[in-house]
Amino acid sequence: MAKVFIYPVNSLILADLVERFGHKPLAVMNQVREKVTNISLDSPPVNITPEDPKVGLRYAAVEVPAGVRGRMSLIGPLIEDAEAAIIVEAPPVNFGCVGCNRTNELMRYLVRSKDIPILELRYPDSEENAPEFVYKIKAFLESLPREEEK
Amino acid sequence: MTDVKQEEITKVIVISSDKVLPVDAAMKIYESEFPVTVKETCFGLIVTGPTEDVLMVTEEIRKLDKNHIFVKDRGFPAGDERRCRASRGGGPRPGFHFLREEVRMLPAIGDALDELEAKGPVKESPTKKDKLKVSELERIIEAELAR
Repeated sequence: MAKVFIYPVNSLILADLVERFGHKPLAVMNQVREKVTNISLDSPPVNITPEDPKVGLRYAAVEVPAGVRGRMSLIGPLIEDAEAAIIVEAPPVNFGCVGCNRTNELMRYLVRSKDIPILELRYPDSEENAPEFVYKIKAFLESLPREEEK
Repeated sequence: MTDVKQEEITKVIVISSDKVLPVDAAMKIYESEFPVTVKETCFGLIVTGPTEDVLMVTEEIRKLDKNHIFVKDRGFPAGDERRCRASRGGGPRPGFHFLREEVRMLPAIGDALDELEAKGPVKESPTKKDKLKVSELERIIEAELAR
């Protein structure tokens, strides 16, 4: 079971397909859960702890807008854990907490600069393209090593 | 704020099936004896509870129509005051817009999964278009010039 980073980080379709084909999706929802249940933050990454900017500084310099560092404090550790990645270009909706384009660029850059298998494809803009989208994801996920869970 | 135990997780179950309605899935969970909290929504269910129970419940629900029921994790528990529309004065909750966009694509994704299941192993799509390789282009040019 490989840990697969997905972009968009909160995608239902990607998270489901990764889990369906036997791997672990690294989605931002799990990071959010830890913050809202253990530390009782109201709305991460809008609310952050004093430790979060330090985590964010590992990925973005201090001159970079605080929002990027706040978001990277959630997403950066996921990229570090990733053993594979699926990046979907041009998703239909990208706003709110996942709508920061600078964060998304940085995120994709960090993933691409890691030496891991990456699948990059476009979001299906019509129903005709959906089968190919699913086939490619399945083929990619089946090509990943299925190690025993530690 | 809702108190949640550390080991509890929440899953969003999105139902895009012709055979199963959210209420059917909810009834199945009520009939089972899993100690989970279920919230029925317009797109499916939100299930909160101990990790093992939630995983078993989602597997059971998925079996109802496995290619047309989709599951993802959720950060906030079901009915959490920080996200629940009842306490936020209405309006779509954060994250709803993205979910709505993806829900539109789910019937096509479900059909593709059905097709995959029927066909078996993944094959290259016949409509796949690749870039023309340089060697191939050279071969075509040479063939044209040789006429």
